[in-house]
Order: sequence, then structure tokens, then C-alpha cells
Amino acid sequence: MTKMSTTSSEIHGKETELVSQHLTPSAKRHLRRRHRKETRFLIYGRGAVFFALSALTWLLVSLVWMGITTFRQNYIQLNVALDAAVIAPDGNVDSEALRRADYREVIRKAMTGLMPEVTDETERMALYDLVSKSGAENEVRQRLYNAPALLGETLQISAPTSDHVDQLLKGHIKRSVPETRRKLSDQQVLWVDVLKDRGVITSKFNSILLSQADSRDPELAGVAGAVIGSVLIILIAFLLALPIGVGAALYLDEFAPRNRWTDYIEISINNLAAVPSIVFGLLGLAIFINILGFQRSIPVVGGMVLALRAFPTIVIATRSALQSVSPSLVDGALSLGASHTQAVFQQKIPLATPGILTGSIIAMAQVLGETAPLLMIGMVAFVTDVPSSIADPATALPVQIFLWSENAERAWVERTAAAILILLFILVMMNGFAIWLRNRLEKRNLN
Amino acid sequence: MNSTVIYMLILMVALTFGGFLFNRNLALDLYQDYRFRQFQEQTSRDLSFRSGWHSQASYHGYFTACMVGIALIIVFLLGVSGRGRSPQFDIGWLIAALGTGLAVIALSGRLIGPAFAARIWVERFVHFVLIVLSVIAVLTTLGIIFSLLLESLLFFSEVSIFDFLFGLQWSPQTALRVDQAGQSGAFGAVPIFAGTFLIMAVAIAIAGPVGLMIAIYLSEYASKQTRKIVKPTIEILAGIPTVVYGFFALLTVGPSIRHVAEIMGFSVPTQSALAAGVVIGVMIIPLISSLSDDVINAVPQSIRDGAYALGATKSETMKRVVFAGALPGIISAFLLAISRAIGETMIVVMAAGRASNLTANPFDTATTVTVQIVALVTGDQEFDSPKTLAAFALGLVLFVITLILNMIALSSVRRYRERYD
Repeated sequence: MTKMSTTSSEIHGKETELVSQHLTPSAKRHLRRRHRKETRFLIYGRGAVFFALSALTWLLVSLVWMGITTFRQNYIQLNVALDAAVIAPDGNVDSEALRRADYREVIRKAMTGLMPEVTDETERMALYDLVSKSGAENEVRQRLYNAPALLGETLQISAPTSDHVDQLLKGHIKRSVPETRRKLSDQQVLWVDVLKDRGVITSKFNSILLSQADSRDPELAGVAGAVIGSVLIILIAFLLALPIGVGAALYLDEFAPRNRWTDYIEISINNLAAVPSIVFGLLGLAIFINILGFQRSIPVVGGMVLALRAFPTIVIATRSALQSVSPSLVDGALSLGASHTQAVFQQKIPLATPGILTGSIIAMAQVLGETAPLLMIGMVAFVTDVPSSIADPATALPVQIFLWSENAERAWVERTAAAILILLFILVMMNGFAIWLRNRLEKRNLN
Repeated sequence: MNSTVIYMLILMVALTFGGFLFNRNLALDLYQDYRFRQFQEQTSRDLSFRSGWHSQASYHGYFTACMVGIALIIVFLLGVSGRGRSPQFDIGWLIAALGTGLAVIALSGRLIGPAFAARIWVERFVHFVLIVLSVIAVLTTLGIIFSLLLESLLFFSEVSIFDFLFGLQWSPQTALRVDQAGQSGAFGAVPIFAGTFLIMAVAIAIAGPVGLMIAIYLSEYASKQTRKIVKPTIEILAGIPTVVYGFFALLTVGPSIRHVAEIMGFSVPTQSALAAGVVIGVMIIPLISSLSDDVINAVPQSIRDGAYALGATKSETMKRVVFAGALPGIISAFLLAISRAIGETMIVVMAAGRASNLTANPFDTATTVTVQIVALVTGDQEFDSPKTLAAFALGLVLFVITLILNMIALSSVRRYRERYD
């Protein structure tokens, strides 16, 4: 043993060889036991890492597995005869009347037209069940409202199939399940197969999911309303939390005298960062809604609550960014005659900006996933419109996920998982942007 | 959103910015004029002349912007309660803002001159704004305490605090209408506290050993390369929104546990304390592993070398020497994790069930403080019914417990850092 090696396992290995000849059997046993313990400890460590990584993998794989199929949806091609006598029996054909008219009958006719051999009325109803009723009706209504001249002609539309048909074609409703326990009858399954063979039912990219707001029908429900709601909430939260967070951090780090009051400020910021988020929801409910009289379920209140949730994180990030700026720069500025405020604002802040921005974007990504505070301030409303301003009732993407997850049907499970994938995608984008921004700004600062 | 408010905000920004530009340029003009005259006077005597102005031109501009900003915020706040009452009011409000802004720009333009200390005033203003912003932090804390205390006091005026803290029966479904008398709910929170504790215990039983072993492995055994990949990957777990974990617990973990239990001959509900606890445990693994990793790394290498020199194996060094040194930090990591597990909402709302039953069996459904707050507050609510107020009482309990845990953890981390620095 002349050469000292750095890792202890090597030391132990060599030592054992050299020394073991002179050891009593009991000492050898003792040494072996110690080495077995060492190996066991290492296995525990690897096992713990393996456990965490496999939990993460399981989570992501199961979400992708459940959600990926949502991005394609089955549509059915229909030739809808826009018979004026059926749509407007009273002869009133202005656009308002067309908007209110009942299109059920024309859709039924179009569905029957696909299978002329079906004559029985109950069977025709079953056939009609294959298409998404409100989806097809809304499509016809919208087209006719935009161009009333189409009345009397035949319109070709592509309507989503009903969610059961969609699930059957995606293999989530098993054909092997007995008919009584299946959502679709054997006859309907047969029709679906025939229509699929004829190319009437085709699988296309699910644009509804990305362009529509919530709906009672899974095949018509989308995340657009929730995404816009989340964007509004996050924008408000960012605009409020960034000045508060950066200002508080600047004050505490650069200007505050060290006394009891600044200690209180510091302690309360550190504690706020660890307070459960649901408590912020209770605060918003009691103060913003009950005392200040704001409306429930609007993005302004959501943004304010999440700003309070986010700003302690921004304070902590800003302070560490400020502390990482070399003090020599400030000293240089001071020695050239700059005032303290000038030195901080002109030297320190520009260099701390990458850290501040990265920290703020990461804080925003954190609160984007917050659900509980938004539940408290009533953002659980069923909203079927995409919100157009910060005072419209809206919902947020995580709340939408929560609402959808309460439906046990397979079509909803699929959509919930897809909404989660979209949320995770947005989060990855935000974090990636933060990292890209930091690298870019830091590189520029070095030049 | 009232469109007048939007116009008002645009006007405020425009006036502030315009005031800055206008008065800065004014100051520049005056300054050049001044320099020119000074030059004529001084060249004969002295070549190195001083500018003689206290502040740079841009500070005169900033000063104007500050003044305009303050004035317009006052106008805004004075008018905000009356907006939308009548079109005349809205127009008058906008005109008043415009007039005030222009007047302030003109007045502060008069102040521009060599002797006026604009920079000092601007810096005082900045200072003041920063103080106001950091006071918001304290106000948030006070707001939380105030709102929770106030509503809880109202609750405790109807329900005795002893019944709340020590009662064994929780059924908050009170009478919906006044005439449905005699159906007052029971607000004994012990089953809820027990459920919270049970789920927290399951979570810590998972996250504690796993997180600690990860921290030890990554800081003592793993190569730099492994550490560089594994550490951020595990921290992804902390960045996933809790509602996603909730869905995972409800749709994947819960059914899997039920399935495994069925194979072993038990019957377990899909929603169980175990499913929620395990998933919370997975979620807080990075919290424990990162914090413990920090404190283990902070233990000086010389202490390890001492143990190796005495012939200790790596694991013996870890268990008997480093661990003891890092213990205060590890305990605070655990306390923070406990506080996080207690305050976790979405996972338990989705995966643990709502029925309150006093049980220590993790395979049963259990309910937590946060679940009950959500259940009490969502849906119809009136601020005078004990049902809604009970949510605030539970919130107060939650806040106090997590506050105490955080305080102990944060202060012990600080003391620990100081020890090895």
C-alpha cells in the first residue's frame, strides 16, 4: 500500500487482500459482513434512484398512452339536403330564424341516406346515434347562417362521430364485450364497420380539441377556452408579481437598513413561499370576493391570487441573481461618482436580468399548474365560450383537467389525458424558453 | 372591462412617457444654452469649466414622469368608483386626467434649472416605491392571517372551539333553509386531522427513505456524469402540476393498488389513503432529495477523510459521521416535506375520497383538511353559514401548522448553514 488511491472501495479491496491472511476467522467474518453492508447500501441508493425514475416514467408513459389517441378523431361525411320545408316550415328564412331553426330532421335524413336499406324506425334512430348530434347540427347551422343562399341545396359536411363510435374505432370499446354491456349494439358496430370500409367515416386530426371551449359532449369539447383563460390569468399574475417581486427583492438586498422591520418582511416572504396554495385561495375568497366585491370566476381575481402565490418565488430568484453579480462592478460605478441608486440600476440590474427573467418564468410555470386556489375563487364554472376579456367568466387549463377528470367515461378520460399532455407541453415550452433566455442573455453579457 | 378604464390607462402611460420626453428635451435645450453662455464667460479665464448643473437632463425627465405618474394615479383612484355611471362622467374623467397631466408637465418644466436636484428626488421616489412593493409582502401575510382569523372567529361564535378540535363527528351538511331546523351539522374535526395525518405518514414513508437514499447516492457514490443527468430528471417530478398527479393517482395508481389487492384476496376501493399517499410521496421525493443533497454536500470533506482514515467503509462514514453532521438539515428537509404533504390539495381531492371516517387503515378512504376545505367552499356558498366558515377554520389550522413547520425548518437550515460556513 504505497500508492494512495482516492476511492475508498479500492482501498478496502486491496487492504482486504493484504490483511486478510493475518486475520482470525471471526475478524474475517466481521470484515465480510461490513463489506456486504456496503454493497447493500449501494443497492439501496441505486434502488431509490430507480424507483424515482420509474415512477416518473410510469407517470409520463401512462399519460401519453391514455391521451395520445385524442389527437385524432373520427369524422363522418354527410350529404345534408337543406330542404327549406323541413328547416323553416313557417317560411321565415332570415338569418335569425336560420340560427334558431331545428336541424335534427335534416341530419336524420342524411344519416338514413347513408344506409337506405334501413327502414325500421327504431333502427333508424340507432343509426342516427352514430353521429355527434349537436356537432352535426351546429356545423349545418353555422354554414347556413354564414350563407343563407345554400338553403334548398345539398351541403356536404364532415361531422364528428358520436364518442362511442370514436372509442370503438380507437379500440377502447372492445368488440369482444357482450352486447348488453357495450355502449353500441352489434348492429351499430356492423354499420360502423361498413361505413368505415366505404370511406364515409375517416380518422382526421382532432381540430375541435384545440379550437373549441368546453362542452357537454366529449367529442365536441376542447381546451381552447381553458388555454386562453390560463393565458389571461398568467399574464395578469406576471404583470403584478414581477414588479412586486423584483421591487421587494431590490429593496431588501440593496436599500433596506438592517432592522427588525426588514427582518419581518424577509421572514414573511420566506414563509409565504411555503404556505399551501389553498390558503391563498381562501385569502382571495375572503378579501377579493367577499370584501372587495369582485365577481367570481373571472381571470382578474385568478391573476391576483396567483400573483400573490408567485411573487415570493420571484423575490427569492431575484435576490440570488442580485447576489451573484460581482460587487466590483458596483464599486467601480461608485468610484466613478455614480450614486448608489445609479450603480444598482445601471450596473447591477442589467447583469441580474437573465437570472430575474429565468426565475420569473419558472415561477409563472409553477403557478400555471395551480388548481386549488382557482377552485376556491369559483373558477370551476362550466364555460362553453372562449373568454374574450379579463372580466369574462373563464376557466383555466388545470381546472379544466380537474373538471373533466370527474367523468368516468372513456372518451372523457382520453380528453383529460390529452389536456394534461397539452399542459405539460406548455410547461416544457416555458421552462425551455427560460433556459434558452438565460443562456442567450448570459452569453451576451460576457461579450 | 369598462373601455373608459382602458382609455384611461393608455392616457396615463402616454402622458407619463410624453412628460418624460418633453421635459428631458427641454432640459437638454436649457443646458446647452447654459453651457454656451458659461463657455463665453469662462474661456478667457479657465479652460476646465464645470457643467454647474446638479442633475442630468434625463433625471429632469424622470422627475416629470414620477410627478405625472403620482398625479394621474390620484386622479384614477378618485374617479374609479364613479366610472360607467354616466357618459358625461367618463368623458369628464378623461379630460380631468389629461388636464392634470399637462399641468403637472408644465409645472415641473418650470423647475428645470442648474440648481434643481432632480436626481435626488427621483431616487427618493424610487426608494419609496420599493418600500411600498416590499410592504405588499407583509400585507399578504397579514391579509391571510386577518381573513382566516376573522372568518374563524365567526365560526367559533357558532361552534365551540373544543367541539371543533376534539369532536369525533364530522358531517357539515347543515340545514339548507332556515325552516329545516334541527338538522345542524357536526363539526368535530378529529377524523379529518386523522385522515390528514394518515396520508401524510404514507407519503413520508415513501418519500423519506427514497429521497434520502437518492441524496446519499448522488452526493457520495454517483459519478459526475450520472449526477448531471439524474438530478434534473428527478427534479422534473417537482415541476409536474399536482392536478396531473391527482389524475395519475385516480386513474393509474388507485386501480393498480386495487388490482394487486384483489389478486391477494382483499377488496380495496379505488380511492384510498394509500393511493393518494403514495403519489404525494412520489411528488415530494425531489424536495427531500435536493435539500438533503445540499446539506450532505455542505458537510466538510475533512470529516469524511477522518472517518476513512480510521478504516470506516463509505457507508459507515455516511451513516455514522456524515449523516450525524447533516441531521439538522435533513430534519428540516423532512419538516418542509411534511408541510408540503399536509397542504397538498389536488391529489387528495381527486384520489383520497370525501367520506370522513376515523381509521388508521391506509387501504380505506380517508379525507384531509384540504379536501374538506374544497368540499365546503366549492358550490353554493354563503358567508354567514357555518358550512363556509368551517372552511376558514380548517384553513387557519392548516396555516398555523404549516407556518410552525416552515419556521422551525427555515431557522434550523439557517443555523445549520452558519455552523459549517
